[in-house]
Formats: sequence, structure tokens, C-alpha cells
Amino acid sequence: MARLISKETIAPAFTRYVVHVPEVARKHRAGQFVMVLLHDHGERIPLTIADSDAEEGTITLIVQEVGKTTMEMALLEPGAEIEVAGPLGTPTHVENWGTCVCVGGGAGIAPLLPIARAMKEAGNHVISILGGRTEELVILRPEMEAASHEMIYTTDDGSFGKKGFVTTALAELIEERGRPDVVIAIGPAIMMKAVSDMTRPLEIPTIVSLNSIMIDGTGMCGGCRITIGAETKFVCVDGPEFDGHAVDFDLLMKRQRMFVRQEEEARRRFEELHRCRAMESAEVK
Amino acid sequence: MGRDLKPAERLKIPRHPMPAQDPVVRRSNFNEVALGYTPEMAMEEAERCLQCKKPQCVEGCPVGIDIPAFIEAVADGEFLKALEIIKQKNTLPAICGRVCPQEDQCEQVCVVAKKHQPVAIGRLERFVADIELAGGEVSMPEPARPSGFKVAIVGSGPAGLACAAELARMGHQVTIFEALHKPGGVLVYGIPEFRLPKDIVQYEIDNLKKMGVEVRCNFVVGKTASVKELMEEWGYDAVFIGTGAGLPYFMGIPGENFIGVYSANEFLTRVNLMKAFAFPEYDTPVALGNRVAVVGSGNVAMDCLRTALRLGSEHVVCLYRRTRAESPARLEELEHAEEEGVDFRWLTSPVEILGNDDGVVTGVRVIKMELGEPDSSGRRRPIPIEGSEYEIEVDTVVMAIGQGPNPLVTQTTEGLELNRWGNIVVDETTMMTSIPGVFAGGDIVTGAATVILAMGAGKTAAVGIDGYLRQTAGQPRATAAATA
Ligand SMILES: Cc1cc2nc3c(=O)[nH]c(=O)nc-3n(C[C@H](O)[C@H](O)[C@H](O)COP(=O)(O)OP(=O)(O)OC[C@H]3O[C@@H](n4cnc5c(N)ncnc54)[C@H](O)[C@@H]3O)c2cc1C
Ligand code: SF4
Ligand code: FES
Repeated sequence: MARLISKETIAPAFTRYVVHVPEVARKHRAGQFVMVLLHDHGERIPLTIADSDAEEGTITLIVQEVGKTTMEMALLEPGAEIEVAGPLGTPTHVENWGTCVCVGGGAGIAPLLPIARAMKEAGNHVISILGGRTEELVILRPEMEAASHEMIYTTDDGSFGKKGFVTTALAELIEERGRPDVVIAIGPAIMMKAVSDMTRPLEIPTIVSLNSIMIDGTGMCGGCRITIGAETKFVCVDGPEFDGHAVDFDLLMKRQRMFVRQEEEARRRFEELHRCRAMESAEVK
Repeated sequence: MGRDLKPAERLKIPRHPMPAQDPVVRRSNFNEVALGYTPEMAMEEAERCLQCKKPQCVEGCPVGIDIPAFIEAVADGEFLKALEIIKQKNTLPAICGRVCPQEDQCEQVCVVAKKHQPVAIGRLERFVADIELAGGEVSMPEPARPSGFKVAIVGSGPAGLACAAELARMGHQVTIFEALHKPGGVLVYGIPEFRLPKDIVQYEIDNLKKMGVEVRCNFVVGKTASVKELMEEWGYDAVFIGTGAGLPYFMGIPGENFIGVYSANEFLTRVNLMKAFAFPEYDTPVALGNRVAVVGSGNVAMDCLRTALRLGSEHVVCLYRRTRAESPARLEELEHAEEEGVDFRWLTSPVEILGNDDGVVTGVRVIKMELGEPDSSGRRRPIPIEGSEYEIEVDTVVMAIGQGPNPLVTQTTEGLELNRWGNIVVDETTMMTSIPGVFAGGDIVTGAATVILAMGAGKTAAVGIDGYLRQTAGQPRATAAATA
């Protein structure tokens, strides 16, 4: 069993957790994830390892509360025991490409952090483009600044950095500075698709990290499968990183919606239950 | 003593059918289908055994249980004695009594079967084992003096569980490393509750823990630590690999990645391990339509078909490219599926899965087959009949066409010899792999097989490991490190 050491809200509906799980911390490399199960009735969900400390035996997870399980996780208190298996997935292929542009959108900034850091350490000139709907949702800015040489920010509402999407900023960057040696894009599927569509004609190698639905995370169920070029691949073992130019993003987006109805129901039930509990405890007080 | 009957009298007793839940009732619940013999039925069934001098059934049993001896004890009403006899060879009788293909093993060669129906050996085994589950005390063998050796078992399926039990009995310190959050392998994630109640698997695992075996879940060997690290850094003197055949195969036909297509592993894992049948009380969902097609006709396919019925699907179709006679499923399972209303389409193979613009399955296009000349496996090869294609309207498709070895461990273990299918090559007497001190058994060696073969392999490996430790390994690593 792994133990929750601390938790902290870092933005609306974003929580940073530090979890004690020494075997995972010791083996973790950039690009890997863990499968987390909160309790006996829970579901297994994949979460990227945003950081690790081998000496302390801890890993950091940054989680956006989007569904029942992540909302429930946000209610855990330090000391809570959860099940954590990992580190899973193939680590990022890190090399000195030259100039590396890291594009992160929303919750995708968390998995991007360890990769940006590893790329910087490998000698790349790292330019990060981070975007979100509004200022508060552009998370992990100090950490990403430390892991990058240059920063560009965008927000949909213009509350911070340039108004617009990360893709626009990337297009401008390429126009002004020429072709980078590699682009790493992590965020919503639609964003990764847009980035890949832009870099494909320019032949800029583009790495994306896919967040498909998983159960075991060890290659046993095939639920995470996705089409890459003409082949079927399992995201949990063959990925999560793939050549963005070969990914069938339309299929990924469809498959991600496989259980929307059930997920919606679970979330609604949870919120209702929780609201009742909150009201009860308010009455007691 | 049982009644003193002449062979002719014994042969006159008809084989006792297994009491079972009514098909109409059971197709909408997950409770166990077969209900088990009463003591009276068991004793009378036991009287059907002729107590052969050269019992064929023992030859037919993959682990060589002294079948006539245990059956005689049952006839005498000495059920605990019967259990002890079984347990000398079979570590998991309550499980094997439920899932073994007896009709291809002991019961197939039982002499009574020549003219009559065979003695119901499997049902008797189950009856005896259930006495223990119901609280009958069984004397546990005293574990040997601690040897000081540490053994790591990778995977907690029947191979790993049997190997662990034997090694613990021999006095070794055993840790099971399991990738999932619950131990049991296929017994918990694959085989459904209505065939093998999960309490039984849990009971066996609790017994192992009582014997001092440590079980570490959420530990993915090859990722959390490699086999080499388990030996060199974690101080294990030997490793047993029992990781099973967990890699699902797909057919490679168009439309297989549409929404609504599951591998059997995914479908069964969601329902059995994660309890999706009780969604939303349990958080893992399973989306299943009213019309379901399952491709394949082995035990795995039967489990998927019958699970789909229990989840409420109205029309459940089995697509198999050969005929009923070639179906690899156990006859009992096939019959149960037929009774429950599965629509079997023999000599039928899917060629394409159809979907709408949202990528959601709407049907499956199939082609009819005929049987041609026998192939290398000796079975007649199915040949498509040109122009016989037609469409079946379904909203869910489950692929149950087989599983291969999961490469997580094998790929991260340098020097491990594999065959061309990716299975581990072992010395058949000791079960040692090409790496000294590393042993393997079960589906990872044989390819997808049976519970009893996996269990037998685990036991054989335990003997191999014990021999290796006492003869070759020298001092336990932990002691060696402490004195160095
Ligand atoms: C649906 C289904 C129905 C079946 N029905 C029958 C039946 O009726 N009768 C019968 O005799 N047989 C049946 N079988 C076959 C039988 O279950 C298998 O032959 C048997 O379970 C094999 O045992 P095993 O110990 O080799 O592997 P498994 O039972 O597959 O166990 C392997 C274990 O290793 C774990 N593991 C894998 N990789 C790692 C890793 N890297 N690190 C740590 N742990 C790991 C897995 O999570 C799993 O728990 C069925 C199989 C299926 C799938
Ligand atoms: S072969 Fe049949 S009759 Fe003979 S001992 Fe075995 S079970 Fe009894
Ligand atoms: S999550 Fe099951 S195979 Fe990838």
C-alpha cells in the first residue's frame, strides 16, 4: 500500500499529491505513469508521475478533478492508504535534439514537466508554450520555468500571456525563429491533433502523450488500444508517447468517450451524495 | 466401510447429475450455477467406482491424485480422509473440482466410461473440498524447518499459488509479486463468479498467508523491479515466473478498434475483477448493448457469452469458424450456455466489424465456412464459402480468440530463452529456464492451457527450486551478505 503524504490545491480543481511509494520512486523515469486505485469499490485510473524523489521514496501526482474518482481523491487526507502500481509505460526517449519546443495544454502540463526537465538536462534548448482557458488554469508555471530556457503563455480569454491557443503561438514561433528540432505536445487530444497537423508538413518530429482509458496498465486488456499508422498499439505498454504524425486522433477521441454516459452518472451520484453529506455535517455543526 | 457391492451392482447405479440452478433463473444472476452434491449423493456416486487395481483415471490426472483411494474414503463417509488424500497431490481442490476439464482427463479414461457414464470424479473432488470450506478441520502439514532461502514468485495465478504453497511447506521464505491489486490471476480476473466463487480463491490465498507466504500486490515485475534486481538487490535466491498468458489477441479485421469492441480480457476483467456488474456501487463501468456477438468458442468465449446474458443482453451470439464438435470449450460449459439461450452460429467467421460515424459498433459482417482437410493441429481446416457473407446487427463484440504471453517480464530479463511464440523455454524435469535460479511454469511456458496444468507445473517447479537451492545455490544470499 502507498501512503498519501501531502496534498495541496494548486489551481481550481487541480491538486498536487505527494505519495510515499519507494519502489516506484526509485525506478521512475520521465514519461511514466502509475495506476491508482483508491479503495475496494474504486476504479483503476492512470496518473502521470510529475516528479519523484528516490531518497524520500515519494512521487508527485498532479490531478485535475474531472470525474468521480479524481473528485473522491481530492477528499483524501494525508495518511490515507491507496493502491499504486508502477512505474508503467515506456520512458520518454531523451536525447539532445537541439531546440525542443514543449507544448502543454491544461492538465497536460503536469506530464510535460518531467519531460521538459529531462530534455533540458540532456542539453536541449527548451522553449515551453503553455496554455489554458484562463490564467489560473495555466498550472506549474514556476516549475516549468525552471525546466525551460524560454516561456510563452497563452490563454483563451487573454487574461494571461497571449490571447489564443497554443497552436497559434507555436505557428508564430516557427515563423519567427524557424523550424525547431523536436516538438513535444501534451494536452487534450484536439490540441495534440492540431499541433501534429501543423508540424507534419514541416516534417518536425512531434511526440505526443496519449491519455486513453486503461484498466490494468500492463498490456493485459487491450482497452487502451489505439491506431498508430496501420498498426494497433497498446498505450499502456507501447506508449504513452507516440509519433504524433501517425496517431489516429479521431479514433482516440471517440474511444475516450466510450463510457461518457456511465462516467457522467457516477459523477452526478457522487456530487449529490457529497452535497448531502456536506449539508448533514453543516446541520450538525 | 461402504456397502459391499459386486461390480455389476455398482455399474447399475446411474451417474448422479449435478444439482444446478434453473437456467431461466440463473441467466440473470451471478450466483454459482452448479450447486454441489449432498453427502448422500456423493456416497452413492462413490459406490460407482470399481476400485481398479490399475486405475486408468490416475494416469489421466495431470497431477496423479490417488483417485480410487479418495473415492473409497468418500464411499465410507470419511470425507476428511478423502480430502487429505487429494491434497497430497492437488493444492487447490475446491478450484480444480470446479474448473478442471475432467471429461478430457480422469473421467475420459475411467473404465466405467467404456460402457456407461464415467464416475463423476470431478464432482466428488469438489464435494470433498467444499467440506473444508464449510469449516471442516483439515490437518495442515507441518512446515519444514526454515531453510533461510528466499524465493520470489512472479504472478499469483494457479502456477504461482501452487509453487508458493509447496515452497513454504519445504521451509523456504516465499514472496508472491502480483501486478494487479488482487491475487489469483485468471481465477479472479477471468473466470466468472457463477463458475468459481471468488470467496474460494480468497480462502486459498488466506491459507497461503497463514503458512507464512507474503503477497505483494501492485508490483509489476519488469517495471517495479526486474527479475535480475529481485535476485541481486532484493536478496532472492531463486525466482519462479508464473505470469500466464495475459496478452489478448485480436483478429486484425477492419473495425476492431470501434467503440463496443472488447477483448475477452477487458470484458471479463471489468466484470469480474472490478465488479462492473454492480456499477455504480462499484466505480468501473461496462457498456454493453442488447445484442452481443462473442467471437471464439473456448472456455473464455463461454464465460463471455454467459456473462453478457447475466448483464441483461437479450440476444447473445457465438461466432465460431468450426463446428460444435471442434469447440475447445468444456462440454459442461457449452451445454450450460446452450441451456441459457446463447445463439450459436457454427461455421461462421467475422470478416468486418461495422460502425457508424461516431465509431460505435452497429454490426458484424460474417462469412460462412465449411470444413476442409485436416491442418497441422489435426483439426479440419475451415474454408470460407464464397458469396455467403451476411450481416448480424449487434452493438457489442467481444474477441475471445486466444491470448499470448505478456512480454513485460520476458523482455526485461536478459538471457531468458524463449520459443518463437514468446513462451519461456524450461527444462521439463526441474522447470529451470536458461538462467540458473530462474524457473517458470504455467501458461507462460505452455501457452494458454488449464488451471490444473499450471498448478502441476508450479508444484514441479517447487521441487526443482528446492533441489537447486539445497544443492547448487550454496548459502542463502541474505546470510551470505550478512557474513560478508
Ligand atoms: C476466462 C477464462 C476461463 C478459463 N476457464 C478455464 C477452465 O474452466 N478450466 C481450466 O482448467 N482452465 C481455464 N482457463 C485457463 C486457466 O485459467 C489458465 O490456464 C491458468 O490460470 C494459468 O495459470 P497461470 O498461473 O499460468 O497464469 P494466470 O492465471 O494467468 O496468472 C498470472 C498472474 O501473473 C500476473 N502477472 C503477469 N505479469 C506480471 C508481472 N510482470 N509482474 C507481476 N505479476 C504479473 C498476472 O496479473 C496474473 O495474476 C481459463 C482462462 C480464462 C482466461
Ligand atoms: S478408472 Fe474409474 S472405476 Fe477405475 S478407479 Fe478410477 S474412477 Fe474408479
Ligand atoms: S490498460 Fe489494459 S492493456 Fe493497456
